[in-house]
Amino acid sequence: MAETTRSAGTAAPARTRRARGAKAPRRETHAAAGAAAAAAATDAATLVGYYRQMLLVRRFEERAARAYTEAKIGGYCHLNLGEEATVVGLMAALRPSDYLFTNYREHGYALAKGIGADRVMAELYGRSTGVSKGWGGSMHLFDAESRLLGGYGIVGGQVPLAAGAALAVSYKGGDEVVMCQMGDGTTAIGAFHESLNIAGLWDLPVVFVVINNGLGMGTTVEHSSAEPELYRRGAAYRMESARVDGTDVVAVRDAARTAVERARSESKPYLLETVSPRLKGHSVVDPARYRSKEEKEALKAADPLARMALELEEAGILTHDERDRLDADVTAEIDAAAAFADASPMPDVSTLFDYTYATPVPGDSRRLPADPVFRS
Amino acid sequence: MATVTYRQALRDTLRAEMLRDENVFLMGEEIGLFEGSYKITEGLLKEFGPKRVRDTPIAEEGFVGAAIGAAMLGLRPVVELMTINFSLLALDQIVNHAAKIYGMFGGQASVPMVIRTPGGGGQQLGATHSQNVELFYSFIPGLKVVAPSTPAEASAMLKAAIRDDDPVLFLENLALYNTRGELPADVADIEPAEIGRAAVTRPGTDITIIGYSRMARVAAEVAETLAAEGVSAEVVDLRSLRPLDRATVVESVRRTGCAVVAEDDWLTYGIGAEIAATIQEGAFDWLDAPVRRVAMAEVPLPYAKSLETAALPSAASLLTAVRDTLRATGRPVLETAR
Repeated sequence: MAETTRSAGTAAPARTRRARGAKAPRRETHAAAGAAAAAAATDAATLVGYYRQMLLVRRFEERAARAYTEAKIGGYCHLNLGEEATVVGLMAALRPSDYLFTNYREHGYALAKGIGADRVMAELYGRSTGVSKGWGGSMHLFDAESRLLGGYGIVGGQVPLAAGAALAVSYKGGDEVVMCQMGDGTTAIGAFHESLNIAGLWDLPVVFVVINNGLGMGTTVEHSSAEPELYRRGAAYRMESARVDGTDVVAVRDAARTAVERARSESKPYLLETVSPRLKGHSVVDPARYRSKEEKEALKAADPLARMALELEEAGILTHDERDRLDADVTAEIDAAAAFADASPMPDVSTLFDYTYATPVPGDSRRLPADPVFRS
Repeated sequence: MATVTYRQALRDTLRAEMLRDENVFLMGEEIGLFEGSYKITEGLLKEFGPKRVRDTPIAEEGFVGAAIGAAMLGLRPVVELMTINFSLLALDQIVNHAAKIYGMFGGQASVPMVIRTPGGGGQQLGATHSQNVELFYSFIPGLKVVAPSTPAEASAMLKAAIRDDDPVLFLENLALYNTRGELPADVADIEPAEIGRAAVTRPGTDITIIGYSRMARVAAEVAETLAAEGVSAEVVDLRSLRPLDRATVVESVRRTGCAVVAEDDWLTYGIGAEIAATIQEGAFDWLDAPVRRVAMAEVPLPYAKSLETAALPSAASLLTAVRDTLRATGRPVLETAR
């Protein structure tokens, strides 16, 4: 069971303020206790599978950071480091036919939704073999087949879109669910509130997931949200909501399953908040100087991957040696992905005008900067 | 053929498209029970029900974004924004999302959505409710912006917009809703227009007047007045602001040797600036006089009738600019027109 709230009739919660920065998640929540029980019911192979996926996300992101410093990747590059359990747990709750919208911190989601690391890495490298053919980059991963309907670079931009996708599902009488991932900072923007209101009004099968890593770039949740317990914002829309420990993959999966099930069977929206640390800066180029040395030390203790490794070892599910073999296997996969990206061609300049319009237009402008408007 | 208002043409076309394709549905503020602020959706809720005629809360960013998301999954939403002024609240969704999704993801998802919205001043609605900001959208690759001026064009263009796989901003005008024109008795018989084509709506030899939406109508009126004075004015109705049919404009000016652009927006950086630049690049050697622009005075549009009337472009102001331009050509043949 996750910590949940219903809107009507709920007494105003006592204001709890977390310490500055992304401290270790609130393990005292009901979610953590529930997770332990659920973990016992989750078979060993499944747990190892989750661990492998988390490791894949971790090694992918580390490789992306390296490639960025080597100037193989341009633009912005936001990593899921510290959010591996959240990413894998959320995706484990979805069916392949379910839709996913995310923000710009989405490499891990693409991998966990089933897209090959090679095509994701190739997109980061700006190659034509990338998921978005090199048009999107790190922030704009999209794959119609696996139903990742976009990473979006504008904070809050994906939230109304997800509500609309859920409207389309409901319009067509489908049983898919739409999941909409966003960061904690998004809960302050108008699009978030308009979308939750609309989803509530129209009974849309959408699960809004707020990834609370404590920081919107360098600004803490406490400095940007009058209600820092973000899941409570659901109450304003009579939307069921919950907060869960985002460093516990099984707890996240189970909380997400509850939300997804409610969306699927009752066509009701849900607001889920996951709490996990952002291990590094906002993006690859951010050294996170706004964090104290103590905070940075504390982050290491909150690392979900290290924690799961320890738990699996203690439970006799995965030995140290097995873990090393898994790591070598995953690292080889990432090496291959990076090699694939590196060897892939950049999009040909002749394709520059191919994606302005889906329905061709007469006299389409195919003018390069120095070209005249009229060729005589 | 029947004579109908622009309003009726829109309403009948929406209905015909909804009957033709069940993926077409309407969204907007007050379009259902209230039947539309300007009654474009009159009777449609009763006929199609709330699933297809969806009243929205006052949340332009939210429901325009929702329409985009629904379009990504193959529906064809037609959104009504009460006025183009309110589209500013949805600017992020229109510019950063509707216009970008097809390109940004390498052509994997299109956004077959229409946003219908009226611009226009002259109703004493004051500064925030009388703007013509179609330029904002015409500036953006990935969007299409159409601005029909007659009931028949409105119908043909609305059909094209609904069937198009790209996001289309369909610009209406408060002053056009009650204007009349010929339409086939059954709107189902109307052929969809081709988006991106301007039309020479009145051929002429002495001067080209270029307009769109309400000002195309004013241009036609002015051409009629000029004809009585022995001046043959050619009228080009842009119909589509993006894509812009530069060829039709330039070909016309090459025939007439001079041009005036009539626009309802502000002059500086406005639609007319783009048309004038197009003409100088495409018809420089054919020009006998500088290109003139007739546009709204550069003020927040005032409420008081005297001030509002003075600020808005009109047939009289267009006529003045046309006469000045003809005079500037120095053509003797036009002496009689003075």
